[in-house]
Amino acid sequence: MSDQRVIVVGGGLAGLAASVRVAEAGIAVDLFSMVPVKRSHSVCAQGGINACNEVARQQGYSEYQHFDETLYGGDFLADQGPVLEMTAWAPKVIDLLDRMGVPFNRTAEGFRDLRLFGGSLFKRTHFAGATTGQQLLYALDEQTRRFESEGKVTKYEFWEFLAPVLDDNGKCVGIVAQDMRTMQIRSFRADAVVMATGGNGLVFGQSTNSVICTGGAASRCYQHGAWYGNAEMIQVHPTAIPGADKCRLMSESARGEGGRVWVPKDKADARKPADIPEGERWYFLEERYPDYGNLVPRDIATREIFDVCVNDHMGIGGGNMVYLDLSHMDPDYLTNKLGGILEIYEKFAGEDPRHTPMKIFPAVHYTMGGMWTTYTEGSYTPDAPAPEHKPGNAIPVAPTAGIGMTHGAPNNMMTNIEGLYAFGEVNFAYHGATRLGANALLSCIFDGLFNGLSVANAVQHTDRPASDVPQSVYDAASDREQDKHEAFIATAGNHSGENAYVIAREMGVEMTAASTVVKTGPRLEKCLAKLDELSERYSRVKLSDTATWTNQSLSFTRATGDMLILAEAIARAGLLRQESRGSHYRTDFPDRDDARFWKTSVSRFNPATGKADVTFEPVRAPLVKPRPRTYGKTAPEPAKKTAQPVGS
Amino acid sequence: MSLPQAHQSTLAWRQANRAKAVPGRTIVMTVRRCEGPGKLGWFESFKIPVEPNENVISCLQKIAANPVTADGKETTPVVWDSGCLEEVCGACTMVINGTVRQSCSCLIDEYAPEEGDEITLEPMSKFPVIRDLWVDRARLFNSLKRVRGWVPIDSTAALGPGPKEDQATQSTRYAISECMSCGCCLEACPQFLLEGDEDAWDSAFIGAHAIAQARLFNLHGTGKNLAPERLDELMGPGGVADCGNAQNCVKVCPKGVPLTESIGAMGRGVTMHAVTRFFKGK
Repeated sequence: MSDQRVIVVGGGLAGLAASVRVAEAGIAVDLFSMVPVKRSHSVCAQGGINACNEVARQQGYSEYQHFDETLYGGDFLADQGPVLEMTAWAPKVIDLLDRMGVPFNRTAEGFRDLRLFGGSLFKRTHFAGATTGQQLLYALDEQTRRFESEGKVTKYEFWEFLAPVLDDNGKCVGIVAQDMRTMQIRSFRADAVVMATGGNGLVFGQSTNSVICTGGAASRCYQHGAWYGNAEMIQVHPTAIPGADKCRLMSESARGEGGRVWVPKDKADARKPADIPEGERWYFLEERYPDYGNLVPRDIATREIFDVCVNDHMGIGGGNMVYLDLSHMDPDYLTNKLGGILEIYEKFAGEDPRHTPMKIFPAVHYTMGGMWTTYTEGSYTPDAPAPEHKPGNAIPVAPTAGIGMTHGAPNNMMTNIEGLYAFGEVNFAYHGATRLGANALLSCIFDGLFNGLSVANAVQHTDRPASDVPQSVYDAASDREQDKHEAFIATAGNHSGENAYVIAREMGVEMTAASTVVKTGPRLEKCLAKLDELSERYSRVKLSDTATWTNQSLSFTRATGDMLILAEAIARAGLLRQESRGSHYRTDFPDRDDARFWKTSVSRFNPATGKADVTFEPVRAPLVKPRPRTYGKTAPEPAKKTAQPVGS
Repeated sequence: MSLPQAHQSTLAWRQANRAKAVPGRTIVMTVRRCEGPGKLGWFESFKIPVEPNENVISCLQKIAANPVTADGKETTPVVWDSGCLEEVCGACTMVINGTVRQSCSCLIDEYAPEEGDEITLEPMSKFPVIRDLWVDRARLFNSLKRVRGWVPIDSTAALGPGPKEDQATQSTRYAISECMSCGCCLEACPQFLLEGDEDAWDSAFIGAHAIAQARLFNLHGTGKNLAPERLDELMGPGGVADCGNAQNCVKVCPKGVPLTESIGAMGRGVTMHAVTRFFKGK
């Protein structure tokens, strides 16, 4: 049918890939974004994108090994079919990006160059300098612009998503959005809606995320009945530059290219780092993890840095900083491979990392949890789950299309709400309890390309087109949002009101303290009480701007309320998951507990209480058997011993 | 608009200012306000106590949390555009102390190290103001359509890898592909003027960034299949011949995109293209 349309919300890698794929299938796309899509948060991704490649393959690597690594990295929390399909498809994603003109770094012979990344012993990460996310986003932005110039994609930039529109049967048939300049609120009709709105770093205040990454859009879907999976799984990146407005990412590729993490063995050592001899440096990651060294997965590196700084007070000058050191390497090599991030460090920290070790500390980075999604199983159905896959062993299944998920099945990456899909970081599908570095770009683009077809199929085969839905459904939805808007404007006269920026700041501090690197039950309960207090204060919020034109204060204030609701789900799911798994580390429950918690936490918004009802549902895991996730850690005792001479 | 002083970009100048930054100082931030398109602007000043490592953005955030001017008057939070805050998205571009740049990478310790130092923020002047410091850069993205800034792939089907590429070409293309469409080169260009009328965009000067993008795609094995169309566009009104060779663009580009080099290369390309067309008689 010619009048069918698909709405894509979010113009990062997942949203653009979805737009291209759906438009290519001949269905009109309306693309909504709070920013010009070329400025989406995907630009911040630095290190690269993983895929099996011919060089690694000849050393014993395989798509299946990538699959196994991703599950192991995620501590077996991910549903397994989508991960199998994503890793099997990964080489095709790289080829396509290559055809789109991404300037991947090249070998002397002109092939795509590769680098090491966390959680793997093989070079399987493709990259364009240290601005890979930017380069991939631009390639998809360019293809989208091409479709736009042909009239197949219509962009709504500077439009903010406010709510999904649901028909009487609970099917998603459009959205309500607001023009951030004119403040016009209106509803839009669609046969399917793809949410591709990324992560929620701003819930934690200072993170590596862009200012738009509030999680507001996901929260609005959650409040309209979309389930939220593994909310507690938040990635804290080990290496970022702390800052007053945000923490700036220092890519894992710095370690992939040879960067080493260390602190002085003597915490009172006040010498410049270059003056500290090799023997007086403590390379604690290399010592504790002889196999993976500096390239252990992020949650592990983060906890070790945290342990060294916070528990042992061994950070630089006794503070919360460690060195990330590239100064032993050739400056020209570094500029070629890592120029983009070295420039960021130099601009913001005022020192040249080619010659002076960088000072870094962990920061909130990625949202593994997200909108709950389903899928149709693929063709690979082993009799029993496979054990660990060793490099070079025969692979249990060849990487053909459709082994993990059925290609084009209408429910792939659909939420529990019919017609509402979630692609990329905003879903919970691929990364379990920890995301491996350079798997995010892959999951975003894979979702758009592979599951874009599912959206197209669902739309083309529906017997209930959105054009049959009465206009009154849309009017009622936009009226509800208009009423909320008016209510916010009306708070401006309230002189004793609360400031949303202050509430958001307190929420960020609390969430970072209680619900990131180290969690405990009592601390999370305190956090929930604090969120209650903030929600109560939020009910008395006062807008500092009553303008009816380009009112950013209103947009932020509204998002703050949505962030509080999402924060509650994050903290509550963390409280109820009484185990440690991947990024979720509970000192009161330090071990993984497969019997009770090898399960997805599913948060359902309860409109009566305004809070999450959390249940634990089985992981769909018929392919690989879970195993302990150690990354070959050596006993901690010798490590501590080496550190002893210091100060004592 | 002033161009950046050469010394301001050096690490030594920046480190020297950082070293003398007075702890616990209060600075003055003066902002050009404007309520909307067609409205008159005015300046408002704010006193801001700063901590180490602050930037213009964190100061604007402080104003948002407490919108009171230096003379104690309650006002509205300043409206500005921002995104990544690490100088890769291009959103937060504005004119700071007379020079166009990103506000996220504008550090207070370097720009206002002493007690009472003033920083002035104004919106870019070559684009229509939406409100305060936020401008409408739609014309900039329209220029990317004019030069057909994409590789014309057949489809997203699995058709194998793209063309092999040598390191030198990759290196040239990568440098151009770091352009984040921020608009600094346009703000600094004497040939690029404010044009509110969308109908005039396609014949007004296209600007350095778009000329460089045309080169980016002409250098790609498949992208070059659209080279004749790109050169036609750059041969026409508002094309490469409108460049006045002021070379301001390259001085303000935060990413060091080889803009003047690209304009030169495309200028030669257009000449060759014109000659070829003349002899082909079309």
